[in-house]
Amino acid sequence: MSLFREVTKGLWKENPVFVMVLGMCPTLAVTTNAIYGFSMAAATTFVLISSSLVVSVFKRLIPNQVRIATYTVIIATFVTVAHYFLKANFPPISKALGPYVPLIVVNCIILGRAEAFASKNTVIRSLADAVGMGLGFMLALVALGAMRELFAYGEIFGYTVIPNWHPWAIMVLPAGAFISLGLLVALFHVISKKVKK
Amino acid sequence: MNLILIFIAAAITNNFVLTYFLGICPFIGVSNKLESAFGMGMATTFVMTLAATVTWLINNYLLIPFKIEFLEYVAFILTIASLVQLVEMFIRKVSPELYRALGIYLPLITTNCAILGLTLFVVMRKYELIEAIVFGFGAGVGFTLALVLMAGIREELEFADVPEPFRGTGITLIIAGLLALAFMGFGGLIGS
Repeated sequence: MSLFREVTKGLWKENPVFVMVLGMCPTLAVTTNAIYGFSMAAATTFVLISSSLVVSVFKRLIPNQVRIATYTVIIATFVTVAHYFLKANFPPISKALGPYVPLIVVNCIILGRAEAFASKNTVIRSLADAVGMGLGFMLALVALGAMRELFAYGEIFGYTVIPNWHPWAIMVLPAGAFISLGLLVALFHVISKKVKK
Repeated sequence: MNLILIFIAAAITNNFVLTYFLGICPFIGVSNKLESAFGMGMATTFVMTLAATVTWLINNYLLIPFKIEFLEYVAFILTIASLVQLVEMFIRKVSPELYRALGIYLPLITTNCAILGLTLFVVMRKYELIEAIVFGFGAGVGFTLALVLMAGIREELEFADVPEPFRGTGITLIIAGLLALAFMGFGGLIGS
């Protein structure tokens, strides 16, 4: 039960984007459509799970004074793996995500989970936590990507949802990203309040 | 002339925060007071200029000659982390007052994606050393500008009656959106 809760808390109660406001750079930058949002979240989840595992396995061996530097090197290693994997297997997506794949290194969600959770908990619990946080991040990115794609092109995941939609250019521009996420965060607060009642 | 263009592009038309979404965490986290926003901006500008210089040297004299470009991210993030540590020690020694003023913000700069993003852009765009330095400085100035503007607006916002679900993050993001919209007006300054 508690393992299950470890997974679900990342999805809603401690959602990394909507509640903890972490990892905003990739969230805003790559979500011009749902597919990019999904790919970015998948890459981040891979790095998050792998680095959480490594950190929690080696937590006793890492000296306290240099732990942040060690975590960063572990994360950077997995990011390099993810970057070359995307580049080799999905070149168009790798090109579209551009510098935001290497920037996963400084995604505060990953370092945050390594420091706040994986360094203090067992391997299994860290794995559950990382999966949950990754899914929560994915939820946020796909929601934002789908919303922007819908208003920009009338499509979701490339499928036409509203035929003959007049494109809103603003939604693919930076301003649209900020405003959409602001609206989503507000919506998230409204729903969580309703659920609590 | 080229250098001026790079500076203006980095600071205004392609503002790191408002067009590349880099450095959003401090942009939202540290922008509720004008004073701390300015301090954070200054410290970041300093580290950005240094980081652009040092990573350029590392990339061109170490990574490329030895053909180990795949170590780029590991090398850059370590450079940035040690630079921040160095700057921290230096400021503590030279000016304890400035150190106290910046104190908590300094270590945070390591995880500011604007810095790593900047170093990656320098490599991707194949800048010369001087261009890289100007680019780093311009990006820092742009970051400070965005942070200070946001802090000014948020100080006023404290007296406004914001609908409840929007309080905090929601309204900050929407204001950032409006700021980004305003910055788009500068787009014509430089032909793309």
